[in-house]
Amino acid sequence: MSRRTSPVIPGFGLTLGYTLVYLSLVVLIPLGAMFIHAAQLSWAEFWAIISAPRVLAALKLSFSAAFVAALINGIIGTLLAWTLVRYTFPGRKVIEAMIDLPFALPTAVAGIALTALYAPSGLVGQFATDLGFKIAYTPIGITLALTFVTLPFVVRTLQPVLADIPREVEEAAACLGAKPLQVFRYVLLPALLPAWLTGFSLAFARGVGEYGSVIFIAGNMPMKTEILPLLIMVKLDQYDYHGATAIGVLMLVVSFILLLLINLLQRQIAKP
Amino acid sequence: MSSTTLTLATRANASRRGNKLGRRLLIISAWLVFVLFLLLPLLIVLSEALKQGLGTFFSAIFEADALAALQLTLLAVGISVPLNLVFGVAAAWCVSKYEFRGKSILVTLIDLPFSVSPVIAGLVYVLLFGAQGFIGPWLREHDIQIIFALPGIVLATIFVTVPFVTRELIPLMQQQGTQEEEAARLLGANGWQMFWHVTLPNIKWGLIYGVVLCTARAMGEFGAVSVVSGHIRGYTNTLPLHVEILYNEYNHVAAFSVASLLLLLALFILLLKQWSESRINRLKANAGEE
Repeated sequence: MSRRTSPVIPGFGLTLGYTLVYLSLVVLIPLGAMFIHAAQLSWAEFWAIISAPRVLAALKLSFSAAFVAALINGIIGTLLAWTLVRYTFPGRKVIEAMIDLPFALPTAVAGIALTALYAPSGLVGQFATDLGFKIAYTPIGITLALTFVTLPFVVRTLQPVLADIPREVEEAAACLGAKPLQVFRYVLLPALLPAWLTGFSLAFARGVGEYGSVIFIAGNMPMKTEILPLLIMVKLDQYDYHGATAIGVLMLVVSFILLLLINLLQRQIAKP
Repeated sequence: MSSTTLTLATRANASRRGNKLGRRLLIISAWLVFVLFLLLPLLIVLSEALKQGLGTFFSAIFEADALAALQLTLLAVGISVPLNLVFGVAAAWCVSKYEFRGKSILVTLIDLPFSVSPVIAGLVYVLLFGAQGFIGPWLREHDIQIIFALPGIVLATIFVTVPFVTRELIPLMQQQGTQEEEAARLLGANGWQMFWHVTLPNIKWGLIYGVVLCTARAMGEFGAVSVVSGHIRGYTNTLPLHVEILYNEYNHVAAFSVASLLLLLALFILLLKQWSESRINRLKANAGEE
């Protein structure tokens, strides 16, 4: 793969300039406006908003549900990626194509479909009712919706990496006497982990911010099943712009710190 | 054949045989995930929509507010996707063809909207253009409506779909390198000729793939649009918002009917995606041979 900078190819100034102007107008300046708006609040005011029990409850719910959903996807996604890359079986192409359904399907549609399935009287939900627990209108339902909308992330980041590992490497390890678990631990895991973490963090970031698919299945009870993005919505409906802004900033900062940590972890692993 | 080779061969075979059971289990569980998690939601949408027959289904879709919502959705997609397409090509061009300082920061900034909640994407525009916003009063003086109107919906849609095209193009363009463009230049092509005749045919399928993903998200965006739309029926309601309104009015059959329209669009998008992806893979295979 050759990559070098070429003075022969024109358009550097034009494309870089356009990219910067467009990105500033559409993304950076509006996001900056939110931080400027937040800066109008004093620390005490800001703290009072974000330390309210209702906000803390939503914060905990949003981040933990997104974390668990990303983790579930880490397992299911690895399994799916492995099966799709390594085996040929009837229906492989259909599954392969349909993995991306959660990305193509509008989140509101996913939301009402999952609610219809997992509500206490729904097709799947009634079994849960028989067993004595509820899926929809509880944190379980929220996690389920997040798992659905973020399903493709881990699969899609792992697939190309898995396809690039030659089978011979595993066979060589087996020939040298490694047990299947050892092959996994010492041969596959190191190669897969960076991509796995990328998929995990993409799913996590999306899960924290997800709104459309969650609000239908969540039940939206304050303190119990209210997610952070919904709380921003609630504040906006009450014309409480300061509240909405403070929560928005809180969300971005916490997400940013967590993603940074994952990134650092990834670098740590990539080092030999 | 020496005995060592034989043992090695047996060991390799044993490891493969041991995998057989695991392989079957994995394939079955992949099928289970597919049926329970992907197929079932899809079927429930269709079955709920058709619960009261085709008549109710079609009357829900051809109802005036639903058609207005469809029109608005198509309009928003029609404006935001081409804008992001041009941006995507420009951004991928400068990132993949040149080396410059701060490039990785630029790439991070381009990807930023993926890690920002759609609700925040809507919120920032309300803070900027809303009645209480930074330029809200000025806009009101000049009678320009952005929030609770089409421009706000388009802006919010653009925000959440900014990275799609660039993300697909950067790896493709990096892999293709700059040799063909250099050759075109040396043979006397000017910048635009080089772009139209060399670069564009090379990145065509990646571009289509990115646009398909971008369209899917733009069409279905809910959170961001919900904040800036104001939910005025027949005026600022997009299709996903219309689904929400119908659902919250306990008009479930109508909600699922409109939802199944979106579902069919999504399936069509998946088909397009599959098709462009197979073309990209062919391109990559060709590039690998050279």
